[in-house]
Amino acid sequence: MNSAKIFLAAFLVNNIILMRFIGLCPFFGVSTAVSTSIGMSAAVLFVMLLASWVSYVLYHALLLPLGLVFLRTAVFILVIAALVQFVEMFLKKYVKNLYSAMGIYLPLITTNCAILAVTFFNINYKFNLLQATLFALGTAAGFALAIILFAAIRERLEDAPISPAFKGYPIAFIGAALVSLAFMGFTALFGIS
Amino acid sequence: MNNGPKPSRLSYLTSGIVKENPTLILMIGLCPTLATTVTARDGLGMALAASFVLVCSNVVVSAIRKIVPDSVRIPIFIIIISTFVTIIDYVMQAYQPDLYRVLGVFVPLIVVNCIILGRAEAFAYHHGIIDSFLDGLGKSIGFALVLFIMGTLREFFGSGTFFGKAVLPAAYRAQPMLFAIFPPGAFFLIGLLKALVNKTALGKRSQ
Repeated sequence: MNSAKIFLAAFLVNNIILMRFIGLCPFFGVSTAVSTSIGMSAAVLFVMLLASWVSYVLYHALLLPLGLVFLRTAVFILVIAALVQFVEMFLKKYVKNLYSAMGIYLPLITTNCAILAVTFFNINYKFNLLQATLFALGTAAGFALAIILFAAIRERLEDAPISPAFKGYPIAFIGAALVSLAFMGFTALFGIS
Repeated sequence: MNNGPKPSRLSYLTSGIVKENPTLILMIGLCPTLATTVTARDGLGMALAASFVLVCSNVVVSAIRKIVPDSVRIPIFIIIISTFVTIIDYVMQAYQPDLYRVLGVFVPLIVVNCIILGRAEAFAYHHGIIDSFLDGLGKSIGFALVLFIMGTLREFFGSGTFFGKAVLPAAYRAQPMLFAIFPPGAFFLIGLLKALVNKTALGKRSQ
């Protein structure tokens, strides 16, 4: 499968939030303002790339040769949790600007299922390292696109007259349904399954 | 330290079903609720897998709560949860291959389901084994109920069937409302369900 196709499929056609329903907690949790969505997206991009690389190396250099594939769930989640802690400490000490921009989002990322899902997809689709990198980039970009678009919609919903029963989550869900409907237009293009 | 009357054991079981329903009231564990409810069978299968993990992890966390050092409790919870996820992963692969193929990556993703880690941290770590078992069971029933309702409604409108059996006339099944089984339909339906819950809650408050 060629590289551009993997990126675009992960970005639009198989959009991780709107088509695959992974990573919904931050999608609804932090999408109340455009600025917080951008911070969250940056943190996701960063950790997703690192997690793809680390999990790829661990899986192919350690788990596969030793016949320990059944441990992958436990290993990946622990590696991601440790990685997030490490990144947080590193940024706090050496890259102050970046830390102040996305520091508060980093602890939330451990429980972000999008990160863990990407490491599993990389294995299920039998990607090589380059393909896995592109897939992680595309997925993170798709996450950013969906969450930032949606945050812009929610900022406007704040001022809209909505019946009390639909205030908050219900109208957000229905807004997400409409954004998702728009993304369905890409389905016929190409996808990975 | 014990202020007020001790809540009865039964309330641990029942509170998770409606009053503290994980998906519709606490709004956690949304990913499987939307992704694995294309049919009633998929929804129920997912709910059973997650319930197994939730009940078992609650019991084990509660059993070892006195020997777990406070500072490393979260990694220990994660290892316990991922052990049970691995068990159910392999059991489903062996005995329910069709269901496993449909649920796909969502079976290993049970490990990051916020309901399970949330209950381990908020309840099982501070309560006895029987109470934790009942709490896990109650939350599981609440979760399963929502998945079953979503799955049934989406299958009914999206393919005109119920557990694979035809319930609507053939003319409808030839051209069903596909919107319901596509991703937008899932968002739309849970929006309507949550609005219904809000409306009931608002009605109760105004009385």
